[in-house]
Amino acid sequence: MKFRRFAILVRQTSAWRGWPLAVAVVALALFPHVGGSFYVDLVLTTMILSIFALSLELLVGRTGLVSFGHAAFFGIAAYATALLSPSSQPPSLAWLLPAVVAIAALAALAIGAFCLRARGVYFIMVTLAFAQMTYFVFHDTKLAGGTDGMYLNVKPLLALDGDTLVDLRNPRTFYYATLVLLVLVYALLATIGRSRFGHALAGIRANEQRMRAAGFSTYGYKLAAFTLAGGLAGVAGFLHAVKDGFVSPEILAWHQSGAVLLMLILGGIGTLRGAVLGAFAFVLMKELFQSEALFGAFAKHWQLPLGLAVIACVALMPKGIVALPTQLRRFRAPLLHAG
Amino acid sequence: MDLAVFLVQCLNAVQYGLLLFLVASGLTLIFGILGVINLAHGSFYMIGAYLAYALAPLFAAQSGGGFPAALAIGVVLSIVFGYVLEWVFVSYLYERDHLQQVLMTYGLILVFEELRSIALGDDVHGVAVPGWLAGSVPLGGVMTYPVYRLFMSGVCLLVALALYAVIARTRVGMAIRAGASNREMVQALGVDIRLLYRIVFAAGVALAVFAGMLAAPVTSVYPGMGNQVLIVSFVVVVIGGIGSIRGALLASLLVGFVDTFGNVLVPQIAGVLVYVLMAVILLWRPEGLFRTG
Repeated sequence: MKFRRFAILVRQTSAWRGWPLAVAVVALALFPHVGGSFYVDLVLTTMILSIFALSLELLVGRTGLVSFGHAAFFGIAAYATALLSPSSQPPSLAWLLPAVVAIAALAALAIGAFCLRARGVYFIMVTLAFAQMTYFVFHDTKLAGGTDGMYLNVKPLLALDGDTLVDLRNPRTFYYATLVLLVLVYALLATIGRSRFGHALAGIRANEQRMRAAGFSTYGYKLAAFTLAGGLAGVAGFLHAVKDGFVSPEILAWHQSGAVLLMLILGGIGTLRGAVLGAFAFVLMKELFQSEALFGAFAKHWQLPLGLAVIACVALMPKGIVALPTQLRRFRAPLLHAG
Repeated sequence: MDLAVFLVQCLNAVQYGLLLFLVASGLTLIFGILGVINLAHGSFYMIGAYLAYALAPLFAAQSGGGFPAALAIGVVLSIVFGYVLEWVFVSYLYERDHLQQVLMTYGLILVFEELRSIALGDDVHGVAVPGWLAGSVPLGGVMTYPVYRLFMSGVCLLVALALYAVIARTRVGMAIRAGASNREMVQALGVDIRLLYRIVFAAGVALAVFAGMLAAPVTSVYPGMGNQVLIVSFVVVVIGGIGSIRGALLASLLVGFVDTFGNVLVPQIAGVLVYVLMAVILLWRPEGLFRTG
């Protein structure tokens, strides 16, 4: 009994709540020293996707806006990175990243201004349609290589007085830069979650009409959230472009928007750690089904098991990995009582 | 643009618009009545087109080059398929929120695409226009217009009229309209709502499959063809207003004209025009042209 009260006390203090996060960050920081280069690359990809998923979590989980067009801002940022980079001289990170994020945020502001006029299921369809529009802009016009995509010639670096501080051409540096950005985005969203703005967004999710009656301009709040989410997706898009050194219209395709929504629901909607866990689960699942060692020639058809897994996951654990312990406990509880 | 070219483009626009209507009307009905946002609807169109490709050799010896027989078999198969799919899958989506519906039907797209890939491969196939529809009619002296496209428009128009007649004039249609506006009340009045849902879903699937089969000889048959149609159908539904058949018809024709003439007049930005149209309509009427319920 005494122990239980102690356990509850520990659980309530912030130290308890924070330690899994700290362990995760340390583990990610140590990983390049122990993992093989293939796995390090995989974790890097996942961290970029985590930032992408976190940015959407602000809309879906926090504000209750289901956007099916979030890949647009990821893609716009990736294209902006490629288009703004000079062909020979490495660009400075100091202006390139802010510029790219600003472009993605501006695009989100413009598109959001239209989409947020629609509600509920209309919003889902309209965001999908606008994302498809940006896809066609890059797919059909010669703005950035059309269907062929375009290459990013030189990767950016950060220099001060001639000394290179951060050189993203170095894979190890790039890994840590991504980790730092992931932590920063996570911290920013956690701070927003506790702020007045974040509470207003949560209020909109719970009952928009009541928020309006309480004197909040909900449209303005939603647009601010949409813009911010677009900008943060831009961070992920920037990292993606720098990592691959290549952008193509496929990164704006609606499958990407679907995949990032999937990450959220896999991890558990409504929590930041859910978004990150979901990104990891998604990448692992994809790697698993694409593995020729496990599935042989059938690995070519990896989308079939993925599709079935998606249906099963959404059907059986709609609250995601985060809620799995509670779900299991609830499942076991009646058995214990019966025994 | 002289008159004959203009006329040809008008015919193309009407034909594309009507074809779109067959897909979008099913989408809007399924959402309006079942309350399910069905991303896999484009897959039914794709399945229809591949069905036309797969069935064509089997019925080649029948009358009319086997085309009417293939269409009939395709429609029967799709109704059965839609009925079963509603039973084993879609009926579990009713109590779920939109996001879960979106993701589960998204999973279904992946499943359908891969099953198609396993069964018929990933190649692009052409489907021959049936012999008796292969000619073209002269139009304004120099121009000609393929008979098959006229036939398509005619058939789509007939289906649209039949759909309207069923919904506006029959008891089933009455139940459907009532079900769209008040589900519980219809149930309380003794209509078997589950059967009604199953019928509506099966009809929606049949419409999309039928559209795919009709379109196969014109567009050829290729992987991912359903996704393109799905998203344009969403645009149609948004413009027309969810659940409105009348809105879907008007919006399909509008999209057909904008897309066709966009491709002729400003080909550089044609892909974007339909979405610009949607944005303008959305500014003017956020709930679409005809909002029901």
